[in-house]
Amino acid sequence: MQLVLSEDQELIAKTAADFMAEKSPISRVRALRDSHDATGFSRELWKEMAGLGWVGIPLPEVHGGADLGLAELCVVMEELGRSLAPEPFLSSVLLGAGALQQAGSEAQQAAWLPGIAKGEKLLALAYQEPRSRYDLCRVATSAATSGDGYVLEGEKIQVLDGHVADALLVSARTAGGEGDAAGITLFLVPHEAKGLEIVRQSRVDGRNAAMVRLSGVSVGQGAVVGEVGAAGALLLSIVDRATVGLCAEMLGAMRQAFELTLTHLKERKQFDVPIGSFQALKHRAADLFVEIELGKSVVMAAARAADAGDPELPRLVSLAKARLSEGFLKLAHEGVQIFGGVGITDEYDIGFYLKRARAAEQTFGDAAFHRDRWARLSGY
Amino acid sequence: MADLEAFRSEVRTWLQESCPESLVGGTGSAIEGVWGGKKWQPENPDERVWLERAAARGFTAPTWPKEYGGGGLSKQEAKVLAQEMKAAKLPPPLIGFGLTMIGPTLLQYGNEEQKRDHLPRICRGEIRWCQGYSEPGAGSDLAGLQTRAEDQGDHYLINGTKVWTSYADKADWIFALVRTDPTAKKQEGITFILIDMDDPGVQVSPILLISGSSPFCETHFTDVRVPKKNVVHKVNAGWTVAKALLGHERTMIADAFGVAGGGGGRRRGLADRAREAVGADADGRIADAALRDELVRVEMDSRAFGLTMQRTRDAAKAGHQPGAESSFFKLYGTELNQRRSELRCHIAGPQALGWEGEGFTAEELALTRDWLRSRGNTIEGGTSEVQRNVIAKRVLGLPG
Repeated sequence: MQLVLSEDQELIAKTAADFMAEKSPISRVRALRDSHDATGFSRELWKEMAGLGWVGIPLPEVHGGADLGLAELCVVMEELGRSLAPEPFLSSVLLGAGALQQAGSEAQQAAWLPGIAKGEKLLALAYQEPRSRYDLCRVATSAATSGDGYVLEGEKIQVLDGHVADALLVSARTAGGEGDAAGITLFLVPHEAKGLEIVRQSRVDGRNAAMVRLSGVSVGQGAVVGEVGAAGALLLSIVDRATVGLCAEMLGAMRQAFELTLTHLKERKQFDVPIGSFQALKHRAADLFVEIELGKSVVMAAARAADAGDPELPRLVSLAKARLSEGFLKLAHEGVQIFGGVGITDEYDIGFYLKRARAAEQTFGDAAFHRDRWARLSGY
Repeated sequence: MADLEAFRSEVRTWLQESCPESLVGGTGSAIEGVWGGKKWQPENPDERVWLERAAARGFTAPTWPKEYGGGGLSKQEAKVLAQEMKAAKLPPPLIGFGLTMIGPTLLQYGNEEQKRDHLPRICRGEIRWCQGYSEPGAGSDLAGLQTRAEDQGDHYLINGTKVWTSYADKADWIFALVRTDPTAKKQEGITFILIDMDDPGVQVSPILLISGSSPFCETHFTDVRVPKKNVVHKVNAGWTVAKALLGHERTMIADAFGVAGGGGGRRRGLADRAREAVGADADGRIADAALRDELVRVEMDSRAFGLTMQRTRDAAKAGHQPGAESSFFKLYGTELNQRRSELRCHIAGPQALGWEGEGFTAEELALTRDWLRSRGNTIEGGTSEVQRNVIAKRVLGLPG
C-alpha cells in the first residue's frame, strides 16, 4: 500500500480543486441555505461533475462508470469537503449506488447505475431510526410478507438526500428481534410508492436529509436487494465505505477551516501585533497541524485498504472516523475561539465548519463508538 | 541494475564469511551495540573480530569516502548492504555519535587534516565521541552557552561546564560549542571545537536521574588547552555547524521512536496484560472500560503515527520534496511514548509502584523506571514547546 497520490490521482485532485474554487465557494452553501432551496444542491453542477466522470468514479464501466477506486473518489470528496459542497456523493454514489453495486441484481444495476453515473438519477439509503443511534442493525421497521411481496411499516430519520432521491434503499426487518444482526432485508422503494411520506429535515450543518414514514408500503420480490435477511453485513460494508468518503470530506473541511484560521492569525491585530505572534496560539495552531497530518494518513490508508480488499479495512475505517471526528471538532472549536467574537457570528464562515464538524462526528458512529469497535475488532 | 545485483550477491557472501556465528541473531539498536573507543572491553571477543573485519571492508561507515575509512558506497548500495545484514540477522559492527553525528559533520564542514585525523579512527571504532552542547544555563536557549574559549596564540584555553553529555565517562573525544567572542551577538560568538577527553583539565561526573543511573554526565573544563587546528569550519561560525548537526540528532531520535511507534501487531501484548490485570467480562472483553479506552487510544494513535511515517517515506520515494510533516515526528512520537508508559503503569496497578527488590518482577521494575525516564523524552533533543514553535514559524508561517 503506497500512501501517496498517483499521477492520475493528482490530476483529479488538481481538476477538482480548480473546479470547486471557481464554481463552488462556500458562499454557495450560504446562498442555498438562505434561499431555502428546495433541492439543497445544484443539479447543474451535479451534471457537470458527472460529465467530468466524478459521479461514476467507483461505478462499473459497463454502466458508464470509470471502474476506479475509493481512493480516487476520496480525492474528489476531499475537495468538495473544503467548501462544504452539498452535492450527493455520499448519499447517492456511496450509500445508494454502493448498495446496488455490492448486492443488487443485474437488472437492478442496469436500471439504476447508468442514470446515476450520468447525474440524472439519485438514490438514498434509509437505515437510521429514532432508536438506532449508531447501530445499523437496530431496525424496527418491519417487512411483513404479503402474497408475493412485502409490506413495509416504520420510520426512518435523517435519510441523507432522501427528499430528492428517485428511489430509497430501505432496511427493514423480515425476521428476528429489533437488535438482531440477522433478519434485515434491503428494499428498493421508488419515491412515488403509495404509503411513503418523505418530509425534509433541517440539520444544524445544512446537510440535506429527510424523515421517511412508511405506512403499509407494498413492494414486490423485485424490490429485494441482495439476500433476504442478510442485509446486516451488507449495511456494515456499505457504510464502512461511505465512512471513508465522509472522512475525506471531513479532511477537506479541516484543511480549509485551518487555512481560514491561519489567515486570521496572521492578519488580525490586537495590542499592535498580529495575534498569531502570541505563543499560546502558535502552540495550539501547531497541534492542529498535527491533527491534519495524522488525518491525511488515516484517510489515505483506509481508502487504499478498501480498494485492495484488505481484511483490516473495518479497523482502518474506525481509525479514520475516530481520528477525524475528534480532530475536526477540535479544530473547529479552536477555529471559532481564535476568531474571537466574530467566530460565533453567522456572518463569518468558520461557524459553518463548526456545525459540519459536529454533524460529521455524529454520523456513521462517533469517536467513542469507533474506539469501541477498534477494540472489538482487535479481540478485546 | 545488474551491477547492484552483483554487488548484492558479493556482499551476501562476504557477510556469511565474515560475521562470527555468535553474533548472528542480534539486531542492535541506536543504544545497544558496539560503541568502540579506547576504554571498550568487549564481553564477547567476536564483537572485536566483526568490527575489525567490517572496518577493513569499509562497512562501518558504508557511504563515507574510502580515503577516510568508509566503504565509498552509493545510497542504493548502502541500502542493499543494510537489507542483506537484516536478512542475515546481523548486528551493525559499530554504532555511536562518531558515525551519526560528528562524522557527517566533519565530512560537511571539516578540513582535510581533520577528516584524515578523525574519520578513519571513527570507522575503526578506535575513538568514541560524545557531544558537549548544553550547559546548566543553556538548555533550550543553547546559543546562550558560556563555556569560554580564550585565544592564547596557538591554542584556546577552555573553561566551563557542559551538562547532559551522554557517555562522557566512556568517550575519548568530545565535540563542543564554546564561546570565542563574548562581545558579539550570542549566535555569532560561538565556535565548534574538538577536544581530547584525556586532557587533565577535563573532569566527568555522572548524573543520577529520577529513574536511576543514566548515561548522562556533567563535563567540567578547567584550563583545558585545545590546539587551534581543532576548530571545525571557522572561528565564531560554530552555530552554523551546530544547526546542521542538530538536524541529524533530531532525525536519530525520531527514528528511534519511529521503531517503537509503528505497526499494530506488537500491541497484542498490552491487551492481554490488561485482561490479566483487571479481568474479562462475560464477552471476554477487558473488564475495565476506561482502561480499555485508554489502550485503544494509544493503539489507534500509534497506528496513525506509523501510517504518517510511512506516508512521508512513500512520498520521498516517489520523489516528492520532504515536506513539513517530519517537523512533528519528534513532537508527536515522544508524547505518544509517554502515554504508552502511562498506560503500562495503569495496567500494572499497584505492581507499578516498585523501586527495587522483593515483591516486584524485573519487568514491573523496568516499567516504572521507563515511565520515569520517559518524562525526559519531551524535553531532550528540543522540548515539545520548541518543536511547536518551530512548526508554527517554519511550517505555518506564523509571525513573531
